[in-house]
Amino acid sequence: MARLKTGTRLRSAVCSTQVMIVAAPDAEVELTCGGHALIDAAATPGEDLALSPDAAKGTTLGKRYVSPDGKLELLCLKAGQGTLALAGAPLALKEAKPLPSSD
Amino acid sequence: MNLMMLLEMAVSGFGEREAVRSGSEALTYEQLFAAAGAAAERLAASGCEHAAILDVNSLAVPVTLFASAWAGRPFVPLNYRLTDGELSALAERIAPSLLIAAPERAASLAALPGASVVDRETLLAGTRGAVAREPSWAMEGDDIAILLFTSGTTGAPKAAVIRHRHLVSYVLGSVEFGGAGEDETALVSVPPYHIAGMAAITSSVYAGRRIVQLPAFSADAWVETARRERATHAFVVPTMLARIVDLLESQGDATLPELRAISYGGGKMPLAVIERAMKRLPEASFTNAYGLTETSSTIAVLGPDDHRAAASSSDPAVRQRLASVGRPLPSVEVEIRDARGRCVAAGEHGEVFVRGEQVSGEYLGRGSTIDAEGWFATRDGGFLDAAGYLFLDGRIDDVIVRGGENMSPGEIEEVLLAHEAVADCAVVGIPDEQWGEAVAAAVVLASGREVNVEALQQWVRDRLRSSRTPQRIVFRAELPYNETGKLLRRRVKAELLEES
Repeated sequence: MARLKTGTRLRSAVCSTQVMIVAAPDAEVELTCGGHALIDAAATPGEDLALSPDAAKGTTLGKRYVSPDGKLELLCLKAGQGTLALAGAPLALKEAKPLPSSD
Repeated sequence: MNLMMLLEMAVSGFGEREAVRSGSEALTYEQLFAAAGAAAERLAASGCEHAAILDVNSLAVPVTLFASAWAGRPFVPLNYRLTDGELSALAERIAPSLLIAAPERAASLAALPGASVVDRETLLAGTRGAVAREPSWAMEGDDIAILLFTSGTTGAPKAAVIRHRHLVSYVLGSVEFGGAGEDETALVSVPPYHIAGMAAITSSVYAGRRIVQLPAFSADAWVETARRERATHAFVVPTMLARIVDLLESQGDATLPELRAISYGGGKMPLAVIERAMKRLPEASFTNAYGLTETSSTIAVLGPDDHRAAASSSDPAVRQRLASVGRPLPSVEVEIRDARGRCVAAGEHGEVFVRGEQVSGEYLGRGSTIDAEGWFATRDGGFLDAAGYLFLDGRIDDVIVRGGENMSPGEIEEVLLAHEAVADCAVVGIPDEQWGEAVAAAVVLASGREVNVEALQQWVRDRLRSSRTPQRIVFRAELPYNETGKLLRRRVKAELLEES
């Protein structure tokens, strides 16, 4: 369980997935990827951990992942094999509504 | 959060693609990343607190922008049209700085206070063939990404503070990662010291849209480069679009068939110019983007569908939307408030307030101007129509108060511009003993047309209240604009006063 801070970068302990917290609920949450808690981007994962087979649907670079209530939102900075989940429930891919280019 | 994160993602997603081109030189996303890392080392070793640049659009601009983010030093693009005296005052405010300069300016800038000057070519030479460094930037969204000196149309330049979280939020909220097709190219002609120039780099990198830089704008160079580089996207300010359309019209049936998306902003677009542009470039879609430096660029857009619907509708309310700046981005809220700070109903005029993650509303040394609920007062007047389209009246500070009646110059200018003999005009308030302020207008005649003062006064009187009829009208060969298309009303006013 951890309290998440907007703008911080986390990595999966069992795959190459990296995410940035775009929005976070004001509470302690259990955020996992590949069945294991996400760790600080600079931290080294424990060697004895393995990707959980039922949490291996993968992440896609540049996509947003959200919790059902929308309070937690992540941006995938690096793709990997694990599934992002909040308290065991997989996060959903957020569909982006395309905007006209304004720059 | 850090701008470097956007470039890092582009490297992971499509690193070998061309990111930015300037003439015969180009960088892929991987090369831009490696160059930024090398330049960041130089910046960190210099002991300087700011990374400034005084240059036209060149490869050094994106390299220094990302290097600054990497090294944790604010990036400060300076206006190359400023005099040495003006630059000296700005240099003092950012000392000590590493100043990247166009080679022809480097020698004369060496005397600037607190600035270590490196010419652009030396900087770029030191980054060619660089090996990509391991990411080592801070993910502190509160760090300052960019300091932009505002154009100072209302006094001494203020330094708008844009933090990493503002600009990153803007990009994440308005651009889809890797959303551009491999054939897409954005032609960037706005100068680097304009917020649109910064937004063009960050948005294009995140979208994966190749940037082609035009060192400085001229209509000839713009059209020639758009053709040669097969530009598909471009952002222009209204004066640029007017000159581009003039040029294309002078070339007979010339068009730009590859160009499919033109966005414009940075000042009020005359209805006649956008209508001519839509006719001349039927393959292109048009997007009007409204934003301020203090809001990290765009906060509202009038998209291609809105343009088409407005141009082809028989409903006057829908047609009128071509004169609006569209609707707020999904990540931004807009409210109109009266002078007492209360929200007004649709159709009622007031001041435009904006709220969102991308809104900085902060100036160096003056702190944030955002209120406790997160709202920023834009100092732009305007109203929202029933469907949520935002219409702008102009700057609140430009409002003319005549005998207790508030009038916005824009409304009177629109009426004058509708006259066939009027090519351009500026309406300002001048001191008046009887009324406090009186309405005055500077008018540029369309070539080969003539009209006298009385006829123009009658034209306005027939269409607006008589109190809004310019008491004084002078004719000018041209009006003063800054290089990004902003009308310099203070100068119009000063010249009128000098003559009276």
